This record gives sequence, C-alpha cells and structure tokens, in this order.
Amino acid sequence: MKPAPFDYFAPTSLEEALEKLTDLGYSGKVLAGGQSLIPAMNFRMARPAALVDLNKVTELSYIKPTQDGGLAIGTMTRDSAIEDSEVVKRLFPIIAEVMPNIAHKQIRNRGTFGGAVAHADPAAQIPALSLLLDAKMKIQSKKGDRWVDAQDFFMGPFMTVLEPEDLLTEVLLPGLVPGTGTSYKQISRQRGGYAQAAAISKVVMDGIKVKDVRVVLFSVAETPVLTKEPVRVLVGQVPTTEAIEAVAEYVAQNECDPGTDIHGTAEYRRNLVRVLVRRSLTEAVERARK
Amino acid sequence: MADKMKVKITVNGTLYEREVEPRLLLSDFIRHDLGLTGTHVGCEHGLCGACTVLMNGEAVRSCILFTVMADGADIKTVESLGTMEKMHPIQEAFQEKHALQCGFCTPGFLMTTVEYLGKNPNPTAEEAREAIDGNFCRCTGYENIVEAVQLAAKKMAAHEQ
Amino acid sequence: MTESLISKSIKRNEDPRLLTGNSTFIDDIEFPGMLHVAIKRSDYAHGVIKSIDTSEAKKIPGVVAIYTAEDLGDYWKAGPLQVPPPTAIPGAIFHARPLECIAKNKIRFSGEPIAVVVAESRYIAEDALDYIYLDVEMLDYVGDLEKAVEPGSALVHEDLGSNLAADVVQEVGNYEKAAAEADVVIKKRIVTTHVAGGAIENRGFVAQWDDNMKILNCWATTQGPIPMRNSIARYLGLMENQIRMINPSIGGGFGPKIMSSQIDDVIIPWIAMKLKKPIKWFEDRRENFLGTTSERDQVHYAEIALKNDGTILGVKDVFYHNTGAYDPYGMTIPLNTQTHVISNYKVPNYYTEIKMVFTNQMVVTPVRGAGRSHGIFVMERLLDAAAKKLGMDPVELRRKNLLPPEAFPFKTGVTGQDFVENILDSGNYPMALEKTVQALEYDKFKKEIQPKLRAEGKHKGIGIIMFTEGTAVGPYEGAKVMVGVTGKVNVVCAYSNQGQGHYTTLAQICASQLGVKVTDINVVIGDTGQFQWGVGAFASRGITLVGTAVHQASLKVREKALELGSKLLNTPKEELELEDGCIRIADLPEKSISLGELAMKANPTRGTVEEGMEPGLEAAAYYGPPHGATGFGCLGMIIDVDAETCKPKIERLVLTDDCGTPINPMIVDGQLHGGLQMGIGESFYEKLVYDEYGQMVTASYMDYLFPQASDMPAKMEIKHSVTPSPLNPLGVKGIGEAGAICVPACFMQALEDALYENDLDIVESSLNPSMLFHYVQKAKSA
Repeated sequence: MKPAPFDYFAPTSLEEALEKLTDLGYSGKVLAGGQSLIPAMNFRMARPAALVDLNKVTELSYIKPTQDGGLAIGTMTRDSAIEDSEVVKRLFPIIAEVMPNIAHKQIRNRGTFGGAVAHADPAAQIPALSLLLDAKMKIQSKKGDRWVDAQDFFMGPFMTVLEPEDLLTEVLLPGLVPGTGTSYKQISRQRGGYAQAAAISKVVMDGIKVKDVRVVLFSVAETPVLTKEPVRVLVGQVPTTEAIEAVAEYVAQNECDPGTDIHGTAEYRRNLVRVLVRRSLTEAVERARK
Repeated sequence: MADKMKVKITVNGTLYEREVEPRLLLSDFIRHDLGLTGTHVGCEHGLCGACTVLMNGEAVRSCILFTVMADGADIKTVESLGTMEKMHPIQEAFQEKHALQCGFCTPGFLMTTVEYLGKNPNPTAEEAREAIDGNFCRCTGYENIVEAVQLAAKKMAAHEQ
Repeated sequence: MTESLISKSIKRNEDPRLLTGNSTFIDDIEFPGMLHVAIKRSDYAHGVIKSIDTSEAKKIPGVVAIYTAEDLGDYWKAGPLQVPPPTAIPGAIFHARPLECIAKNKIRFSGEPIAVVVAESRYIAEDALDYIYLDVEMLDYVGDLEKAVEPGSALVHEDLGSNLAADVVQEVGNYEKAAAEADVVIKKRIVTTHVAGGAIENRGFVAQWDDNMKILNCWATTQGPIPMRNSIARYLGLMENQIRMINPSIGGGFGPKIMSSQIDDVIIPWIAMKLKKPIKWFEDRRENFLGTTSERDQVHYAEIALKNDGTILGVKDVFYHNTGAYDPYGMTIPLNTQTHVISNYKVPNYYTEIKMVFTNQMVVTPVRGAGRSHGIFVMERLLDAAAKKLGMDPVELRRKNLLPPEAFPFKTGVTGQDFVENILDSGNYPMALEKTVQALEYDKFKKEIQPKLRAEGKHKGIGIIMFTEGTAVGPYEGAKVMVGVTGKVNVVCAYSNQGQGHYTTLAQICASQLGVKVTDINVVIGDTGQFQWGVGAFASRGITLVGTAVHQASLKVREKALELGSKLLNTPKEELELEDGCIRIADLPEKSISLGELAMKANPTRGTVEEGMEPGLEAAAYYGPPHGATGFGCLGMIIDVDAETCKPKIERLVLTDDCGTPINPMIVDGQLHGGLQMGIGESFYEKLVYDEYGQMVTASYMDYLFPQASDMPAKMEIKHSVTPSPLNPLGVKGIGEAGAICVPACFMQALEDALYENDLDIVESSLNPSMLFHYVQKAKSA
C-alpha cells in the first residue's frame, strides 16, 4: 500500500504557505499531521497532486491564553501538546477529558488540532469540541484574513467553508464562565476507535436552575450537531432526572440522523444518543453544581 | 514522478543525507534505504503500531509519515536500544515475562514503551495496558506485555539508583 | 543423572535476536538488483474475463514485466489439492476444485489475482496496477450458503452443475430413533462467523535463481516448507535439492500461511528464473484481507434429544460449510467440526452431515481453531438451550453427561481430519470442570452474589463451557540431532515456526537427554538445505510430532555417545553419565570427555572403522502417531454488561486446560493467552463482511476490529491439569488452538445470563453491541 506520486512543498513561513496554496489552487492540499490523509493516500483513496506541508511552519504551533480566559490554539499544535498542557487542563478541562479518546498516543503525537478541524470528519472529536466551545476559526489567505464561527464552519462530511487557497491558522476558544460544568460521553467499538455516538455537554447553573446549556453530538449526522432541545427545555429550569431523560429522548429521536453500518444500526445508535446525552448532561450538571 | 528531495535525518545518532521521493514512507526509508530492518510494517494505515519509532523523543507511526516530513528530525528505532549481549531493561523485561512470541510486533511495543516509561516511570497495570493499547499483537493476548512494561519500569528505576 | 528440563519455564533462546531487531523476516531480505512484485486483483466477485489490457501499465518507467494467466502459457495450471479428499468415509462426495494461482477465463472472488507486475520498486509496481484494465462480463454473486445450493443459483464452477462442493454424512447409532424416544428435542439454527488469520506480518516470498549452479533459493513465510518446495519442484520440473526453501523468522501464522499453489510459490519462482533476477513479493494488509484465506463461516441446523433428567440421547447436526471459491484444503475444517461436536459428552446417537458450498468469496482454509470451535459452539449452545428448557443448572447438565475418566481411550465412531477414526486418547473432563467451577466460585456467584446484583439492577452473567482440542495429527515429522565439535548441539527439522517457541522447547527436549545447556542448542527450523523431510505447522502438532522425533533422535545420539564414551573411558555404559556438556564416570566425575571432543572422535579422519559404523554424534528420527491426540479444558467467564449500551466487559476469565505434559509451562500459557485473544476477537470484534455484490467491506483495520489490549480482561486466570497422552513417550498433546476454540460458546452463555430478564437465544458466534441490543429488543417485543 504505497501512495501515488505527488509534488511536495514545505514552506517555512505562513506567508510562503499562503502563497503556495494560492499558486496551486485546486491541485494543492494542506498536509498538517497527516494522520488521516496519509492512510487514505496509502490506500490510494486520496491522490492529491501536490501537498503543502505545514510541519516546518513553526509559527503555527502555539497555545496562548487570551484576556477573556480563553485560548488561542495555533493550527499546527499537536494533539498531544494540548492533552499535556496545564493551561488547557485549567481553562478547558473538557478538552483534556476528550483528548485521550482520540486514536492512540502515537497518532496524537503527530495529529494537529487545526488539522482535525479542517478535516471535518463527522466522527471526530475536535470539530465537535470546537462547536461546543463556540470556537472562532481564523482563516487566512493571500486575499486576506477572516473569522468564521464554528457553527458556520462545517458544511458537511469532510466539507468546510475553506477554499483551496485558504488556510485555517488559528482556533480561538472564548473563555468559559466560572462554574461551568462539562462532560464527555462516547461509545466506540474499541478504545481509540471511532465513536458510534458521542455527546459533549456544557452547563452553567444559577442556583438550582440551569442558566445556560449546550449539548453537541457527533458521529450521528453529517456534521457535529449543536442540539436545540436542551436550551429550549432546560434553561431557567431545575434539571431533574425526568427533564434530562425527556431532553435526551427528544434529541435522540429528532436531532440526529445516524446511519446503519457494519458496526451498528441507526436504531442502536439513536439509543446510544439517548443514553449518552442523559449521562453527559447529568454529569455536567453535577460538575456545575460543585 | 515527482522530483527527489534532499533530506537530513538523524537515525540512532547517525546523520543521514539522502535524496528521496516525497512519497517515500518513513517506514520504507528506515527499513530499505537505511537497512534498519528492526522496524516492521504490519498494516501501512496507522493502526497496528508495528512500525512505531521515536521522532524527536515521541512515539510515532512511521508508516503514515512521509520521509520528507522527518527532514531535520531525530529518529530512534529498536536498534538504538540494547544489543543481543546486553539488552535494554525493557527488552530484558519482555524476555523475562514472555511478552513476545513471533516477535514481529515487538519493536513497536518496545518503542512505545520507551516513550511511555520516560514520562510515566511507575505505571499501574491498568495504565500500562492503556499505554500499549495502540499496538496490535496477535500472539500474546497482551497480558504478559502489560506485566513486562511494569517490570521494565522497576528495572529502569533500579538502574537509575 | 542427566537433568530433565521438561516442564520447566525456561527463557526463550530466540528472544534476544527478536527483541533487538536482529531477526530476519521476509521483507528484510534484500539483494542487489532485486525486483518487486505487486498483484492486480479483481474488484469484481464473479465474472467472465473478456480481456486484460496491460499495455498502458507496461509503459510506466521502472515497470519490467507484467504477466497474466495467458502469459504463463502451459505453465498455468490449477492446484494440486493440498489435502486429499475424504475417500476414507463411505459415501463421501467431494468435488475437487484446487486453487488457481491466477485467474484464467473466470473470476471467482473479489480480490482474486489477475495480473502480476514486476517493477524496480514496490511503489512503481503499485503505480502500474492503476493502469491495468480488466474487462469483465459480470455474473451474479454467490454469497449465501443456503441459497447457493438451491436450484437456479449462479454457479461458481459451471461444470459441476451445482455449488455443492462436498456432502459427507457420518452416523453413530440411530439418531431418529433416539429422538423418537426422547422427552425433549431442541432444534436450533446456529451461525459461526467469518474471521481472518490476522498475523501481524503478512505473507511474503523471495526467489533467487542461481543460473550457474541451477539452484533456486526461496524464502517464504510458509507454515509448510517441504510441501511448498515439492510443489515448486513439480511446477518447474526441478529436483527437490535444486530448491533451497528457507523459512526466515515468521511473524505469526495462525493457519493461512500454510497455503501453497498461490502467486507466491507458483509464479514468483517462475519469474525469478525467467528474468534471472531476485524477486520479492510482500503482501500488504489490504491484499491479506481480500486474497489470503479465512475461516469459520458455517450455518448449522442442529438438534439435541434428551431425557427429562438431562441425559443426552442424541445429537443431529446438518451444516453448510463455506469453502469459498475453491476447495484446495479438502475437508479438514468441517471434519474437525464433526468430531468436536461430540468430543466432551456421552452421545450415543449422532448424525452429522456436511454440505460444503462454493461461494464467490475468498478461499476458506484453517484459521487457529479450524472447525473445532464451531463444533464446540454448536454443542454448548444446544446444551444451554436444553438446560433452560429442562430447568436444569447448565453446569449440572454438563456434569451429568461428561465422558468419565474411565472411558478413555474413547472411540467416537466418527472419522476425523486424519482420515482415521477419531479416538480421544486420554482425559479427565470432570476434573477440568470442577477446577473452573471452584475457581469462579460458581455456586456462590449463582446463589449469593448474582441475586444481590440483580436486585441492584446490575447485569452480570456467568458462563461455563467444556471443550476439546484435537491436536497432533499425522502423518509424521522428523528431526536430526547432531553434536558439533564445539560441544554445542544442532537440532534441525523442516517444520515451521511462527512464534511458538520451538527454538527453546525442542532444545529443552534435546538437552534433557544430552546434558547440555538449552542455550547451547541451536535449533534450525524450516531450511530444506539442512533437513529434507516434514509436513508443516498446523493442528497443534509441532511439539508432539517434531518434539517426539527430537526426543528419539536425542536418545539415539545419547546412546552413540555412551557407546563411544564407554570405549574411550574403559567403563561400562551403565556407569557413565551425560552432564555439563561432558560424558563422565558417575562416581569419578573428573574422568570425563567433553561432547565436542567426543564428536571429533566420532568422525575419524585416518585409520579404519568397524563395519556398520555411522559417523558423527548424529542421528535422525521420524515420528507419526496412529491418530491425533486430544487436549481438553473448561472455560468460565463472568461478564458485566451495560444493559443500556450493550457493551460487555469480561470481569473474570478462568481457563482450566490440559494439554498433556507441558514442555515449557510459560510458553503453554502464552499459547493460551493468544488463543483466548482470538476467541474474544471472534466473539465480539472481528468479522469479515461482504456486501451484496461480494465486495469485502472490512478490508482494513479500520473496519475489521483487531482485539486490543483494552478489549482483554485484566487477568486471564489459567489453571492446568496434566493427563499425559499415551500416544508418545513425552505424553504431550499440543496447545496451539485451545484458547481460540473455547471463547464464543462461553461468551454467549454469559451474555444470556447477564441479560437474564430477556431470555435471549443467541445463535451466532460473533456479536457486536448493536446486534446484542437487537437481540434484547426482539426478546422484549416477543
């Protein structure tokens, strides 16, 4: 299983990278960590004519705290750097909780945060995290810079708003409100494998009532899904077991569209959504209360 | 065919300057261009972990990296560990615990363990199991490998004292 | 007294070289000017080849040659069969359709080779694959075992007029009569899954033709070097000793590497001779999934007849066995199934029928377990259903029907894979059962722990099943033992090692006779230049057959050493001992001769010798048993199921196994561990799946789930009993497949027990959480 030939460019600066992407247009493809792209190329399912390798663009690798208590993450920051980062653990414990579920260490040592966002695999954790955390995507090209909200970034499976000459250079995560509770639940066939369904929840409490809630699903639709029912039903309410169960049921039936594959039927995966939304919301509420 | 590119890669302490096709996988470069055949290839899509090597001290799968991506990097393979006469404590532990049978996947496990124990010198059985979860073995059922990782940790701690 | 090293857990001789990257595996072999092969495989499952256009591909720089079946001319031929037909069984019908190394005229499975590219590098060879165009007239895909033999099905081999490859009936007693007299008859349709061998190293072959010496040097990952060499000799018209076949280190076998008459051994040597260049082919993972062999796929219509007190009166099992597109391996697998169904219990009446079926799928040949696990699965599932129906405890039902220790040797009346009556050589089944029952505290779990857990809403189930492992079948193996002038010892055989530890266990057997260190014994396995006779690694036969041959050859060498030593030391043999690499007078240990010196003396270079003298401290021996041996055991598990997600976790696993005398208990446990992993893989992770057009949808590790460390229980608790085999002097039986045989039956029993509210009736050897979820849903709505 050897990849087909391609032209290769290894710019050492962002400027050079943007230039190259503009030159290459549709024939160019960004190579970040390569942990999804290269396997696909080895199977010859992906055959880019040219690769623009960002691994030497060191300026794109950083984790910077922002003034609002958030983080700016450079697109080439390795997954393992995020996983091991103390500041990430402190500001976004949910990210630290999710990261070990992404493949295995050897992959996380090479895979990048921005690469995963731009790859937009509907079964991947990082796009869903970016949606949960209301990330802002910094997109740069020779034509100029622009910011796109995570909600508007993902167009479909492996499809985003990025144009061939564009580069996602930074993911900006706004700070969490103090007292935010978060929780991640996934079911995969095996540790490190693709989730058959997953739910990530974020809850802010106001006394015994929910002040704010956000639940994102992934692996059960063409893009990660920011659900609506939890906000509609739970905000301003006491999150009772029954209320959470009802929300989970509604979300499973109405806010996802899982398919059937060799590992599970749509019905089973809907069942998982129900269970995981309930478990993740319940835990996020508990954590928010602490 | 794409033009060949010049790369400088340090492998097990030796700097190699070579011209390679951009598509040459790092696993093939190590094995066939450099003749370091201790690194093995089992799936070429990044799942089995047999090809695991250290790149700048971190365990990576060499079958899903292009050689050109390792330009300037420091690579360590199984050949960097002990010799047959004087094995590395991790290798000794694998022998003592019967943590290998056919031995094909073993170099990948060893390199994964090198990185892991460097950062986690005293793992529980559960942690050791998690550490090797990204390496496939068909022969051992993993149990003896888990024990070997723990034994290796003890041996390495003793070495340092 | 020479110290016996039998049953000692000795560190392995082969480990230092494997651990330091100093072993040579097939893809490590490089020669100057070597050319590389890639294989074009059909994307279609079934069709008539109209044309194969290689002209574009040949133009790619670096492509040296491309061959299709047409280019092979008269050299192309099918086969031969690797295992003969079961003519020993009266009335057996078998249609031989041996393997075609490369498709000619017709494509019979997706992944079947249609062209071979030779190029300067593997990269270029794969580039060429993209430019080979295949024009095919599509035919309907045959994939369903039962529909395949219905009238009107498309035909895999048109000339046969049916897809029925074989039909074999065996009967002991009279099942119909037993069923008529029974209180209870239970019928079930049971399906066993389709799994890959999954060695981490794929297959490979290197050939180098020495045109001056007229010697063909071959390196292959084969489990059977001698049969493969002989097959190559026959194809190429060479003498056997013109071919030197060497097994390099092999990265796991598990069955599929036994196969020959494929591209590897038929075409690669031919190309090497034709181009006079060294040629290498190293299979990749995708090819391994698509084109190597696989196993397990059966559909059983099984029934059991019992009395109300649980006594088994009879078993009937009519089953469809998928052989894939060809049947090169005869009926080894389904015959194993037939013998294993009734191998633990008193079954006075047994009717069993194999309907072997051709399909448009990859060829089916043994994978670790090889038909045995299916037989065990069927019987244990029947017993579980019977226990429920009769309201009996499943362990009690088994206890009641187990063959008693005094029944052995037990003639089953059924012919096995070695074409003689299956005789269970020795056993103590109740002991194995009770050991596992006690270790798991079965009664306490059932009566105290489980009711409490259930009251708390938890779903923890227990399973306990019996199994046997038919091992060590003939025909024979051989070995040669030779003491060298350094005093170190060579043991050579033409077996094949894929990690079983023979470099150590065979040395232990030899050392126990010659009084040398295990580390001073150099074991050579699978080099036809050093030993010419043997069959191959399958059916857990290595340590029994080769081990016995080594034992006997070592005894001969010992005797030779004693004779010579007696003369040189002027002492009767009885007063000598072999110890510490010397022969010495037991009461006067300072009077000794080293074995090295003795080896020199055994090969005089001047003077005269006595008539009949054979030089060297060397002897060969051959051993073949009258029939196979039978290992056995009892597996128990406790499984905790998350009832909402249907994700199971194996909380405890206790295996009691009896493989006769263990040569190296550490290695025995290792074999069990690995087998259990494959069994767990089969039960809940691994599955080869074809779509409705015959395309395999699991041709990568992304889709074919390989069991990982975290899928295994925290501890595999292994217990042993030792019931020596009476068939060989060491009392060994073999251990390679036990672990893989026993898991699915136990796993399903435990799952049913865990999800007790739903009264599940699991009839498949492989599940996933979604399938389990649907079992529950179906039971709830019933």
